[in-house]
Amino acid sequence: MMQDAADARSSSVAYVRTAPSAPMEPPMAERGIVRWVRENLFSSVLSSVLTVLVIALLIWVVPPLLKFLVFDAVWSGTDREACLVTPDRPEVGACWAFIRAWFPFFVYGPYPVDERWRVDVFFALLAFGIAWLLWLDAPRRDLGAAFFFIALPIISFVLLSGFPMIGLETVDTALWGGVLVTLVVASVGIVVSLPIGILLALGRRAEMPAVRLFSVIFIEFVRGVPLITMLFMASVMLPLFVPPAFSPDKLLRALVGITLFSSAYMAEVVRAGLQSIPKGQYEAAQALGLGYWRMLGLIILPQALKVTIPNIVNNTIALFKDTTLVFIVGIFDFLRTIEIARVDPRWATPVTSFTGYAFAALCYFVACYSMSRYARGIEHRLGAAERR
Amino acid sequence: MTQRLDHAPPKVPLLHDPRFRGIVYQVALCIIIGFLAYAAVDNAATNLERARIATGFDFWNHTAGFEISQTLIFYAADVSTYGRAFLVGLLNTLLVAILGVILATILGFIIGISRLSPNFLVSRLAGGYVELIRNIPLLLQLLFWYNAVLKTLPNIRESVTLPGSIFLNNRGLFFPRPDVVGGGATGYALLAGLLAAAVFLVIVRPRVPRLSGGGTATAVTAALVLLPPLVAVVVSDVHFVFERPEFGRFSLRGGVEILPEFVALLAGLVIYTASFIAEAVRAGLSSVPKGQTEAALALGLRRGATLRLVIMPQAMRVIIPPLTNQYLNLTKNSSLAVAIGYPDLVQVFTGTVLNNTGQAIEVVTITMAVYLALSLATSLLMNWYNARRALVER
Repeated sequence: MMQDAADARSSSVAYVRTAPSAPMEPPMAERGIVRWVRENLFSSVLSSVLTVLVIALLIWVVPPLLKFLVFDAVWSGTDREACLVTPDRPEVGACWAFIRAWFPFFVYGPYPVDERWRVDVFFALLAFGIAWLLWLDAPRRDLGAAFFFIALPIISFVLLSGFPMIGLETVDTALWGGVLVTLVVASVGIVVSLPIGILLALGRRAEMPAVRLFSVIFIEFVRGVPLITMLFMASVMLPLFVPPAFSPDKLLRALVGITLFSSAYMAEVVRAGLQSIPKGQYEAAQALGLGYWRMLGLIILPQALKVTIPNIVNNTIALFKDTTLVFIVGIFDFLRTIEIARVDPRWATPVTSFTGYAFAALCYFVACYSMSRYARGIEHRLGAAERR
Repeated sequence: MTQRLDHAPPKVPLLHDPRFRGIVYQVALCIIIGFLAYAAVDNAATNLERARIATGFDFWNHTAGFEISQTLIFYAADVSTYGRAFLVGLLNTLLVAILGVILATILGFIIGISRLSPNFLVSRLAGGYVELIRNIPLLLQLLFWYNAVLKTLPNIRESVTLPGSIFLNNRGLFFPRPDVVGGGATGYALLAGLLAAAVFLVIVRPRVPRLSGGGTATAVTAALVLLPPLVAVVVSDVHFVFERPEFGRFSLRGGVEILPEFVALLAGLVIYTASFIAEAVRAGLSSVPKGQTEAALALGLRRGATLRLVIMPQAMRVIIPPLTNQYLNLTKNSSLAVAIGYPDLVQVFTGTVLNNTGQAIEVVTITMAVYLALSLATSLLMNWYNARRALVER
């Protein structure tokens, strides 16, 4: 039938198209990159103006910055001469030679050169512990936690401060510095403040009024004052409160201050996690005949801490940034070593300070940004279970 | 035979009674804390006596004897007391905190709104700003602004001179100080206006139902406050006299001087806190359902009006609690001034006064009490505002 009709038409009409034509492409303005640009950059007058302004800003900032940090930068040299303006080199960028010359100091501070392998071992152990703990699919994560929270602190202490009986010379903490101190302060802060924070959070939710009161007072007091005042308290008041024989050294005082500070914030984060556990979980655990600590250890905390991981990591980022404050009470952390190096007369040039700060900013940024990406990844992964 | 069920509960041994255990734990905790406190006080007394450090608050009225680079109230090293120095430091902290809160809010809202802009470049730029600034320690940023930017400005002799006797150099920004001449009546007029506005808000507005909402009441209040001083300015002969900064032998004298330490601290705090406020604003705006935007657009509201009248009022309920936290953080972070030498409370009091007197316990305790009070005041204020903003449900 169809064929007949088509034949009939083709015989009476001069030309008839028998096959449908291919669909026409949408107009240029409605497809591909042009459409994207129209929708995302020039959707309205205001948007167009903003686009032009942002492009102008980028042109104003990015090329000179790249020129300074990379193309005009000085990569090698032995002293300030390398980074000074000379007639045949009118523009001098960042003085990376200065960073290279001072790099060991940034990492180890004034730690004795012959003993620096101990710091390297500490770095390796710390990296191993962190990887074990943060990789959620790693085997035997309970062992990992035990390693990080119990074995690592003891090994690190023996390794870093020395133990003459096994042939490790004593290194006074006044000689610790640089990245070493930053990492020590951050990891001691986290290792000690997490358990204290959990206890405080439990105390704040306890049914015993005295326990609750002490926890609330401690948490709210610490959260109400700046970290600097806690550090001042630890460094000038703490020595007064203990017998002179036990007077702690400078680093230990700063550690006490920063740990107390961090545990109050950790407590609030853990409390939020505890609150997210439904009451039925407690009741079910009690119905099974579990006591308080076994109920917490086997039922409540595993669930509460899991949902708290992103917030714990965020707290760790804040703590990591806050470690810079120990600088103010006279500890040689990473930032302090930069401050010392940048005023060194052998490297005094107009670009030295800028280079030092750029390097420090880069290091902190890489560390904090990767931690925050990790927290976001975990959040996404935990959310996946909810989204099912 | 039916068994009676109302017999007494089984006897629990005293040691396994949760209530008894609770009391034992609490008593033990109190004893431990009491013992620690006693030991601390006892040790402190011995240590202080051995080091011959005075105790008590007598130092408060002793002459300070050190200079402070920025004073909002009268202060002189040879006559002012430590108490006065404390007040100067506190005012400097409040100055930087209040200005910082205002500027950080403005910048934070701009960036937070920009992050949700339909414009690709604008939202990416705002996102980049937030990621970059949040992940670099504040102290490093302060040192950068102070040492790498402001300290590299030219020295006094080679000051950057802007029209109107404004000088910029590595000692700060100098500009003419305006002095009002013959404006006595203006102050009284302003006072009268404020009084009239208060009367209007407290007595008139609640009685007139037409004024209970909308812009009329705001307009009337503004008019009541602003009109009397304006009239006074026009009627009486008020004019400004400018005291210009002059080059002295080593420095610029006269005019208003803004310290580079102050600029660096303010810039650092504002830029850092704005990135956190931007995140709070973004979260708040994202929490308002999309249907609200669509409904507002369907009613014919423009994009700007939609944001201002429909989205923001709802988002504010989510934004305010984290915003309060950021205000508190900014106030507490202003204590980092000590690192770049801006004379705030910590630098003047916990730094210089502590070094001069050696009375660590008193000085640190007072400083902590001040910050606690500031935190408490800010959160009370923000809670009051939040309560006003909260959703009124039937």
